[in-house]
Amino acid sequence: MTRIVVDPITRIEGHLRVEAVVENGVITDAFSSGTMVRGLEKILIGRDPRDAWAITERVCGVCTTVHALTSVRAVESALNITVPPTAEIIRNIMMATLYIQDHVVHFYHLHALDWVDIVNALKADPKKAAELAQSFSKWDKNTPAYFTDVQTKIKAFAASGLGIFANGYWGHPAYKLPPEVNLIAVAHYLDALEWQKEVVKIHAVFGGKNPHPNYLVGGVPCSINMNEVAAINSERLNLVSRLISQADEFVNEVYIPDLLAVASFYKDWASWGGGLPNYMSYGEFPTKGYGQPESFKYPRGVVLNRDLSTVHPVNPRDSQEIKEYISSSWYTYEGGDNVGIHPWAGETSLSYTGPKPPFETLEGHQKYSFLKTPRWKESAMEVGPLARLIVAYASGRTDVQELVKDTLGKLNVPVAALFSTLGRTAARGLDAALAMGWLKEFYGQLMERVKINEVSTFNGEFWEPKSWPADAEGVGLTEAPRGALAHWIKIHNGAIENYQLVVPTTWNGSPRDAKGQRSSVEQALIGTPVAKIDEPVEILRTIHSFDPCLACAVHLYDPQGRHLHQVSFE
Amino acid sequence: MHFQECTCCSESFIRASHPIVLDVLLDVLSLNYTETLMAASGFQAEKSLNDTIQNNKGKYIVLVEGAVPTGHDGVYCMIGGKTAESILQTVAKDAAAVVAWGSCASNGCVQAAKPNPTGATPIHKLIDKPVINVPGCPPIADVMMGVVTHLLTLGQLPALDSQGRPKEFYGRRVHDTCYRRPNYDAGLFVESFDDENARKGYCLYKMGCRGPVTYNACSVIKWNEGTSYPIQSGHGCIGCSEEGFWDNGPFYQHLASFPGFGIESTADTVGTVVGVATLAGVAVHAVATNIRKRPVIAEVHADDQKEI
Repeated sequence: MTRIVVDPITRIEGHLRVEAVVENGVITDAFSSGTMVRGLEKILIGRDPRDAWAITERVCGVCTTVHALTSVRAVESALNITVPPTAEIIRNIMMATLYIQDHVVHFYHLHALDWVDIVNALKADPKKAAELAQSFSKWDKNTPAYFTDVQTKIKAFAASGLGIFANGYWGHPAYKLPPEVNLIAVAHYLDALEWQKEVVKIHAVFGGKNPHPNYLVGGVPCSINMNEVAAINSERLNLVSRLISQADEFVNEVYIPDLLAVASFYKDWASWGGGLPNYMSYGEFPTKGYGQPESFKYPRGVVLNRDLSTVHPVNPRDSQEIKEYISSSWYTYEGGDNVGIHPWAGETSLSYTGPKPPFETLEGHQKYSFLKTPRWKESAMEVGPLARLIVAYASGRTDVQELVKDTLGKLNVPVAALFSTLGRTAARGLDAALAMGWLKEFYGQLMERVKINEVSTFNGEFWEPKSWPADAEGVGLTEAPRGALAHWIKIHNGAIENYQLVVPTTWNGSPRDAKGQRSSVEQALIGTPVAKIDEPVEILRTIHSFDPCLACAVHLYDPQGRHLHQVSFE
Repeated sequence: MHFQECTCCSESFIRASHPIVLDVLLDVLSLNYTETLMAASGFQAEKSLNDTIQNNKGKYIVLVEGAVPTGHDGVYCMIGGKTAESILQTVAKDAAAVVAWGSCASNGCVQAAKPNPTGATPIHKLIDKPVINVPGCPPIADVMMGVVTHLLTLGQLPALDSQGRPKEFYGRRVHDTCYRRPNYDAGLFVESFDDENARKGYCLYKMGCRGPVTYNACSVIKWNEGTSYPIQSGHGCIGCSEEGFWDNGPFYQHLASFPGFGIESTADTVGTVVGVATLAGVAVHAVATNIRKRPVIAEVHADDQKEI
């Protein structure tokens, strides 16, 4: 038995450490640790609730905007504020834009190097690569000259030491792509890096900047005036329209074809990394107001034990449904280590009991993370694009069902293939494709509103604190790109009395609960093969398939790791 | 290096338009260790870092993203079982230059807001060499590129102000370079979000805009290849490049009236900063933090323009 430590896990947001036990070339146990914490929940106490979006937005700069949106929803829910329909559409445009940008960046820049051997791409025939790329994509850039140029660049880069690509697991037997597919993926890695800075200009138009655009309780800060240069006008909307068209091309002619091409060589990964059988989605993209979740593009609900015949309702206000545990986390609760607490009553008392740094391992420590452990009705849940698709599929959403069936057909794999590392990575691509279609729809809706001059973007009815009740409580739910995200707020005399965040990577990356149940990442690693103990690319494949975001998970904390070494042999 | 942060600075960096990040990574900069993008993980990642330090002593540049928690012996941020502070000391020791990327590394930012539960500390308070502070949450992408290329292509430290910020980008107030400034001078203000005045693009001062007390390039360079900046999109500046901005009063409460000092005033010569009207204590805090001269930065002044 060997215990291996991977710390830092790179190509994620934040600081994640994983310790895994490997027996006979297969992972038999795993421990996921968040090793950084900031204490933002404590910082929020006593502040103006209208400022909370800005503070919580700084939880994460990768999934920038999602905490801001969740926060304004939480405050609006507490104060009974209804957002004007035009503002809701602009929020949807911002969110769909993030889905697309975030998923493309994840696929190419955070995840691809687990599947794509960049050094092997030097062996490719650029002409053959062009022929292959043209066979599955209409993107006009895919020419022999283009692939030759990229190969030349990479060759020069390799001669200079490879920079950020140095010391990768190049040549590892788990890399299965032919040289031409490697070259196509590397070329598009470079293009995606350039494209991602374009699509976020949509955030800059409506929110002033990216990362961290501005939000507003009661609506959105920008005003629309088709007779004014210093407002959202024809020129601004034209810019958004062009950026949407570019994004449409990149998602459908580059990202999705590449994803399917790469996936077709890794079908064995459809049988590993399945993890938990429970999936939760809060639902996203309101079409008739945030108060009507049945109108959302993605539905809200839970699927248990992979039973697609039943979708269970989720109530974030019920103190018996969502609870957080700390039995394996570096915190204390007034009621002791084994109780679960609903976020409205949540406590954030840091209490580090791990080894004094520097240390080699967290083995033998009951508590091993700064992430708390959330549970829904005592069950562990997977959240994220795969969970969203499964809940939508089980809810009978035909657009989702058709897309999923079509993709499974193209890859020639059964429905069960979804429940895997490969399924999770493929689901993220389908999620982006759906969001792309909806983004175009939302833009069309915005133009319709502009045509009839229904352009109000702010409801100031309850803006002034003197209009608020002495006590109020609210909850904001979103489906962030990485999954189910919620903020719970209590307001007393115009100030925040308590504020708790339960984020996607807390659901997925948390340590064991009081009953010893593992969360998604730990569970998914079990059974994963590891061919070379000192180059565990397989561990990275499964971890990255979740797209972990540690700064979020330790909304207040985020873990870090580095070191991959064997620390014990038996 | 990444410590207590949210990675918004790295995200901003890859939004750069001139130069684009791709050309920088392939041709300009040998970026050997960045947890966000690098292929290697675990000990292979650590090898990249150690090799860079060993093979380039006195020649490499460290870009630090994030504050360093000093509370509880540093356990609030550990990488590979080591504290952020110990890693910072190791990496900074033989560096040619240390750049604090963003407000977390420059002034502590959000985790250092009251009551600063983890003892989050900006890096210039922890290391014994000059630090170039490039604050902002995040900094503008093309400002980040500007600082890097200034170092690399001119081979010089940029001129810094008393807070260690490059004068090239932090020498003017957002207010003085804002295209809405004539509205301020004419007394034309937004009174409520999306009111008639907001739809005409009037001044956001009464909505809490911190442009008058914020030194940054937003209203000149703007964001995302010049697409917009917060005020242009209807929200006041929140002052995200100023030390202690999270504690300078609620964002939507407007600043006390402030003296009409001329646009040639800088943070150094004015020496006072206006806080929120009703919070005298906070205003005093802001004044105190803005007139303090840090010894470490004074050294940089003495060495202005030196070759690196």
